[in-house]
Amino acid sequence: MNRKKLQKLTDTLTKNCKHFNKFEVKCLIQLFYNLVGDVTEWQGVVIGLDRNAFRNILHVTFGMTDDMIMDRVFRGFDKDNDGCVNVSEWIYGLSLFLRGTLEEKMKYCFEVFDLNGDGFISKEEMFHMLKNSLLKQPSEEDPDEGIKDLVEITLKKMDYDHDGKLSFSDYERSVREETLLLEAFGPCLPDPKSQMEFESQVFKDPNEFNDM
Amino acid sequence: MGVALTKSAQWTTAAGFGTGTLEITPLNEGILKEIIMFVESFIYKHPQEAKYVFVEPLEWKTNLDPSAFESGYVVSATTVKSEEVDKNGQPLLFLSVPQIKIRSFGQLSCLLFIAKDTKLKEAQACIEANRNPVAKILGMDYNTMKEDPSILNILDKITKEDDPESEVKMKMAMLLEELDLHLLNYSLKHASLEIHLNPVTIKKDIELLKHFSGQGEQTVLESIEYTSDYEFSNGCRAPPWRQLHGEICYVLVKPHDVETLCITCCAEGVFLNGGKTDDEGEINYERKGAIYKDLVTFLKHKSAKFSENMSKQVSTRLTEEQQKVKDQPKKAPKKKEADALHKSITSSNKSKLENNQINFGKNQMTKRLEPSVNWKTDVDFKVISVRDTQEKKHGGRPEKSTPPVSPGRAQLVHKNADKTEEIPSESSSESEEDEEPPDHRQEANADLPSEYWQIQKLVKYLKGGNQTATVIALCSMRDFNLAQETCQLAIRDVGGLEVLINLLDTDEVKCKIGSLKILKEISYNPQIRRNIVDLGGLPVMVNILDSPHKILKCLAAETIANVAKFRRARRVVRHHGGITKLVALLDCAQNSTEPAQASLYDERDVEVARCGALALWSCSKSYANKEAIRKAGGIPLLAQLLKTSHENMLIPVVGTLQECASEESYRAAIKAERIIENLVKNLNSENEQLQEHCAMAIYQCAEDEETRDLVRLHGGLKPLASLLNKTDNKERLAAVTGAIWKCSISKENVTKFREYRAIETLVGLLTDQPEEVLVNVVGALGECCQEYENRVLVRKCGGIQPLVNLLVGINQALLVNVTKAVGACAVEPESMVIIDRLDGVRLLWSLLKNPHPDVKASAAWALCPCIQNAKDAGEMVRSFVGGLELVVNLLKSDNKEVLASVCAVITNIAKDQENLAVITDHGVVPLLSKLANTNNDKLRQHLAEAISRCCMWGRNKVAFGEHKAVAPLVRYLKSNDTNVHRATAQALYQLSEDANNCITMHENGAVKLLLDMVGSPDQDLQEAAAGCISNIRRLALATEKARYP
Repeated sequence: MNRKKLQKLTDTLTKNCKHFNKFEVKCLIQLFYNLVGDVTEWQGVVIGLDRNAFRNILHVTFGMTDDMIMDRVFRGFDKDNDGCVNVSEWIYGLSLFLRGTLEEKMKYCFEVFDLNGDGFISKEEMFHMLKNSLLKQPSEEDPDEGIKDLVEITLKKMDYDHDGKLSFSDYERSVREETLLLEAFGPCLPDPKSQMEFESQVFKDPNEFNDM
Repeated sequence: MGVALTKSAQWTTAAGFGTGTLEITPLNEGILKEIIMFVESFIYKHPQEAKYVFVEPLEWKTNLDPSAFESGYVVSATTVKSEEVDKNGQPLLFLSVPQIKIRSFGQLSCLLFIAKDTKLKEAQACIEANRNPVAKILGMDYNTMKEDPSILNILDKITKEDDPESEVKMKMAMLLEELDLHLLNYSLKHASLEIHLNPVTIKKDIELLKHFSGQGEQTVLESIEYTSDYEFSNGCRAPPWRQLHGEICYVLVKPHDVETLCITCCAEGVFLNGGKTDDEGEINYERKGAIYKDLVTFLKHKSAKFSENMSKQVSTRLTEEQQKVKDQPKKAPKKKEADALHKSITSSNKSKLENNQINFGKNQMTKRLEPSVNWKTDVDFKVISVRDTQEKKHGGRPEKSTPPVSPGRAQLVHKNADKTEEIPSESSSESEEDEEPPDHRQEANADLPSEYWQIQKLVKYLKGGNQTATVIALCSMRDFNLAQETCQLAIRDVGGLEVLINLLDTDEVKCKIGSLKILKEISYNPQIRRNIVDLGGLPVMVNILDSPHKILKCLAAETIANVAKFRRARRVVRHHGGITKLVALLDCAQNSTEPAQASLYDERDVEVARCGALALWSCSKSYANKEAIRKAGGIPLLAQLLKTSHENMLIPVVGTLQECASEESYRAAIKAERIIENLVKNLNSENEQLQEHCAMAIYQCAEDEETRDLVRLHGGLKPLASLLNKTDNKERLAAVTGAIWKCSISKENVTKFREYRAIETLVGLLTDQPEEVLVNVVGALGECCQEYENRVLVRKCGGIQPLVNLLVGINQALLVNVTKAVGACAVEPESMVIIDRLDGVRLLWSLLKNPHPDVKASAAWALCPCIQNAKDAGEMVRSFVGGLELVVNLLKSDNKEVLASVCAVITNIAKDQENLAVITDHGVVPLLSKLANTNNDKLRQHLAEAISRCCMWGRNKVAFGEHKAVAPLVRYLKSNDTNVHRATAQALYQLSEDANNCITMHENGAVKLLLDMVGSPDQDLQEAAAGCISNIRRLALATEKARYP
């Protein structure tokens, strides 16, 4: 990609992105193209990270492990649902990932947890997301009993309107009361430590910025 | 009679074989006397029955001489026959030396009359020889029959009609029966009265007391010792010839509050003997006081301190004993001992015990004021412990009383042992709750609240869940009422604490936050605090203080603030470098260059600093931590934070400063960092707690004169004076009055206070206030009354009456201040009239008997103006019975301040000739002379004044010389204190009227020293010095004249 094009891309993306400055956007674009590999752009062919590549990044860079959650994160990034994260989706997603406000993050997390996208997190969805969260006790008669109980506990805590499922307003209210519940059903945001490592690695060379 | 004789009378061991003898015991003697009385009166009361002839004669060996028998008897050299005969003509009394045979009560009566002094012996011999008198009197068959009274009655009826003799016999039997009953009753009464002491019980008593003796406040006695180390085989220690008198041993007892007592323990009881004679260590065996039933009762009567401490000890001892009994049910004797102890002591002591507890509570109240948060927790703690003991008392719950065997506890004991050497370094402001409270764990079988099971389940998820489940469980746990003890203890009892603390070691920020949020809440519970420390939670939290996440820093600091409420925890914080890290938290302003990507879990810097200050406040109660805070550069940072206007921030900051201001180094730093200004500013805050801590800090710092001036210059006196009107919050009032007290040490401040009409308000606070307020109010008045205007003001406001009323208190600090204030008032003759009318002088005088030297000295100082200004002071002083002797004896004290004050009192007393004569008789001269060798200038001055006054009587001048008081006095002239010079010169002037004293002075080089004094600008000194020199000179001239006429 030539320099001019890059400059232009950076300018447009910076304009649309509220959390990153120009330098950061440039760094992230560079990183994106490094990850995608130096493929020339074909007419009609979308350049971007496919599901596997993206999941790999999530796992290696941000220490995520839960397959299902990673899938949901991919969907969260892939706004146009074309099975691949392009450069603007990448910048937009990361701006939320790294710098998002609580509101943005809540919205994003709720979308991640709302598996079927019906606007509610149902008991079944919770169960699905939590099913691996407890150590299986061999002595237990029903191995799922603990999970069910955990779902009940969560509902008791978060379901303010007592309709047996979490609406966004239920979720929002709970999170505002206790921020820890933002990622209630699984880590879908980078943990602070890997976030810090990532940022220090990517945004490390301000001299380059000055050169421009 | 038969039953009484066989069962009650104490026969010697030989009794079983032939003729036993009756032991000489009070009981036997009593029984014999009763029998004698019965027999003697028999002849008058029952003349009919007296003639009844016994079936068999009573026969024994008598000591009576035939010649003793007179009319009515046929007397020969070796035999006596009564003229009275039976039906068969046999004499009813027949004596053939030494055997005597008697066959009727009439003759028995006569015999006893004849025996006069020896009747006891005769009766004894008779009873000894006739072990079954009833059988002999009434016949064998009768003896057995009479066992059953119903038969007797029937028999009685049948025989009544026909046979007059058997009727008499019947009556006889009934009389004897009556006597028997009477004797049994008598011996029973006797037995219940006289429970004899024996060597074993005494030994036990003494061992028990020894166990509780030693130095220190808590022991019952200072010492208890036998006079002799040798113990005879029968357990006695008394020499054999004293054992004859029933004496068992002699004990030297030194109680806390009275002189050594020499005590005799004997069978009848315990009494004070004549004491050890000085020269040979012999004991004067004579009894000097009443007999008490045992050692403990005796000591309780003699020593108030003993009875007070004993009741404390007994309660603990009793529980111990019961514990032992429980543990080893087979050891019956222990239980008996405990019961005996219980019986003898509990009844009389229950009330005392309660009193003690009340007093104890009061003491705690009067301790140094703690920050109010602390107060709250203290109260909590007390409530818990009270409940604990209650549970123990009522509890049939055996588990509670057995020591807990948790591994944590064992570890704890070990730690304590490790660190003992460090304990003295801890500061005096330690909170009371440093004693480890008893652990009480939930019992498995008890009815547990539903929360318990829910919490147990959550802890299970905490243990076995991944990060997500853990966070859910933590959040859910926070929904329980964590301020409630059931929940706090439930978390602990299901092993939740371990998990929570383990979570702090992970990398999961969310888990750490959730865990700390819970720990922060439950650590309000003192038991949980200890468990957290035992589980090693503190070092982890200290490490978290370095975390990049501010919320973690805050939470960790807040939790540390809660946990570090007791000494061991504070030490752990310090040892793990926590103080430095906490001080670093205070440094928030410099840290403004923080990463822009403020994450979700962030707090403001101010909040971090606030939490740091909160933790430092808790930690600052240990001396070593105060040092550590200072070394870590905490003071400038605290001073910086003090400039903010957030109350939340100011309270812990001022709290920390206030706590630390007990150290001299801090007070200097506080002055240097211009902290006073901000303290004063915050006095004007709306927040009561903040006002309180500011006042408290000023109270601490105002010991220093410059600081007092600073408080005034920054306008701090006015807010203090106005806070004085708000009396609802007692803690604040105590702090404010404390600050006023210390500030009023400076005269300028007093003037200001008068301007603000604070003195009137202070007088108003003399009644209906808790002691900690009173101490300060009275202290402030004492300082204010150093000035004339204020003395008048106090009098006009009616302050003297309540002040005098406070003289009867028991609080030492209060008494010191009250006596000072009353003394200050007494300087005014008009006030003195009121004090005298209220009997204040007598109250002051009786405080000379107070055990605390500070109170003694302060009371003595107060007496001086009283004696000076009272009308008829001499008469007044004489009216105190034993008062002068008391004062003179105080010269034996070893406290310099007491001695100086008493010398001053003596100076004033000696102004009255008659009183001077009395104190001379009480030996004031040798006592004063003995004090002469001292380097204390204050004592020197007052001693010299006293000597100078006492010279005015009789040959006291000579006596001082004889007791070698003159030479040391001369040396006083080398002191640097002009007051000492003046007093000494005056004393020497008085003494120089005796020729021998002049010689001594001359020999000790007084003349040169006095010559220098003549040049002094002080006129009195000049005059006295010159007078003295002239006396010495005149003597020299006279001698010369005598030698060379």
